[in-house]
Amino acid sequence: MTALAIRDLAKIYGDHTHALRGIDLDVEEGEFFALLGPNGAGKSTTIGIISSLVNKTRGRVEILGHDLDRERPLAKKRIGVVPQEFNFNQFEKVYNILVTQAGYYGIPAHIARERTEKYLRQLGLWGKRDVPSRELSGGMKRRLMIARALVHEPELLILDEPTAGVDIELRRSMWEFLTGLNEQGKTIILTTHYLEEAESLCRRIAIIDHGTIVENTDMKSLLEKLHVETFILDVSTPLNEVPVVDGFTMRLRDAETLEVDVPKSHSLNRVFIELERQGIAVLSMRNKANRLEELFMHLVERNLPDEQAVDTGEVSA
Amino acid sequence: MSAREQWIAFLTIVTREVRRFLRIWPQTLLPPAITISLYFVIFGNMIGSRVGEMGGFDYMAYIVPGLIMMSVIQNSYGNVVSSFFSTKWQHSIEEMMVSPMPSHVILLGFVVGGMVRGILTGLIVTLLSLFFTELRMEHAWITVLVVVLTALLFSLGGFLNALFARKFDDIAIVPTFILTPLTYLGGVFYSIDLLPDFWRAVSMANPILYMVNSFRFGVLGVSDVNVTVSLLAIAGFVAGFFVLALWLLYRGTGIRG
Repeated sequence: MTALAIRDLAKIYGDHTHALRGIDLDVEEGEFFALLGPNGAGKSTTIGIISSLVNKTRGRVEILGHDLDRERPLAKKRIGVVPQEFNFNQFEKVYNILVTQAGYYGIPAHIARERTEKYLRQLGLWGKRDVPSRELSGGMKRRLMIARALVHEPELLILDEPTAGVDIELRRSMWEFLTGLNEQGKTIILTTHYLEEAESLCRRIAIIDHGTIVENTDMKSLLEKLHVETFILDVSTPLNEVPVVDGFTMRLRDAETLEVDVPKSHSLNRVFIELERQGIAVLSMRNKANRLEELFMHLVERNLPDEQAVDTGEVSA
Repeated sequence: MSAREQWIAFLTIVTREVRRFLRIWPQTLLPPAITISLYFVIFGNMIGSRVGEMGGFDYMAYIVPGLIMMSVIQNSYGNVVSSFFSTKWQHSIEEMMVSPMPSHVILLGFVVGGMVRGILTGLIVTLLSLFFTELRMEHAWITVLVVVLTALLFSLGGFLNALFARKFDDIAIVPTFILTPLTYLGGVFYSIDLLPDFWRAVSMANPILYMVNSFRFGVLGVSDVNVTVSLLAIAGFVAGFFVLALWLLYRGTGIRG
């Protein structure tokens, strides 16, 4: 079944800003899906409409077969939303925030209490249950929002930059948690500006720019569109000049660091063999940039006016 | 949502609202108790003893119903306007908007929460008044009906104010510049029979006058206005405010992009 079906979804704000220009999108049940795009691309507007926080101008949204206009309560029951900004009562205790949220879904108190304990434990917040939410750290607040979105046990979970401002260790543990949820059958849609996150978690991806979907495919096919990858090689002995290997472009970053452009059609082995033949030993190797990031920049730059094309470093919702 | 689920959601909002004002009782329950006690001491005891009788009653006994209504009006309104606006301001309104709760459940939850605080404050003031005067109850049902309708009306008023408010100043304007003057000029401290014809006619346009006098009729059995007309007018305003608030909430006015 299709977890999320969007047809001709458009949003025009009062000042005639076209935030969405009639997008179509399908996310199948059980998928881990990434929605990427630069600032102002329309990601948050899309999520806002799906979660009923923003009125659409036209179009149709179906959540697990329920039309958001005609069967709004049924559709809403099956979706959980983790927004980008903290939006819980800052003065309320952690425990009460979850129990209250469950109550909004009509869940009886004893079940609400059981689930609250379950999700607070799973997200490592049980020890903070009696603490007012404003006293939590940034990472804990993010986890609290995930727990809150899960308390009514939705089948579709939408996360708008869930790991923004979260340290690396916690980010990894959240990835594990989300992967676990997906493996249990939950459909997950996330927006992120950590493209590494999208690449390692998501099997399918859509890129939105200027209110239009510019790419919508599976991660593997998308990465195959990358014709050239750039690698950085650390070499054992200082180099005075750039080595020459036929078919590859090389540049020196400094005497002991070499940058190599590797076309998709060429084997990387040839670089090592040729360098070894020239007496250059490679100590280590890494990607110059995240592969998805390179592709993203390419896709988004295509849609930008010239004066903006040079400044696409930041990718966020 | 089934009726049972809606009932659970409604109780959840009411519980949340009551827990909120009980948690901050020094800001919500204590100030009206102190303020109204001062009215009792200053206007009732010190000045009232020189005023003599009004409407056939001790001045203290005459102003008690008005002061009870004043606390009901101010606290019903104040609870909903501050709670709903702060929910908007913190964006925690989004917790409700993403849920399947229908608009009428959200509206009723906030309104009943405001009514509980208004009526509870009214009870506190009533108990305090027993230290200063004896209370009668001429028409108990009318007394209860007027309190409930007034608390309901001003809770709805607070909700409408909060829906349109964009900053904290916007929730202070109506209580300060409209509600307080209308309450003071609504016959809390005097009978409009004392006023010249022109000001008496002007006072008749003040809706709070009808609530205060209807409540006074329930307690003391005297009123400057026709109680049946008053009750019908209050009920009419309640119906109008409820429909308007529900329609605005459904449209997402002031809360949805």
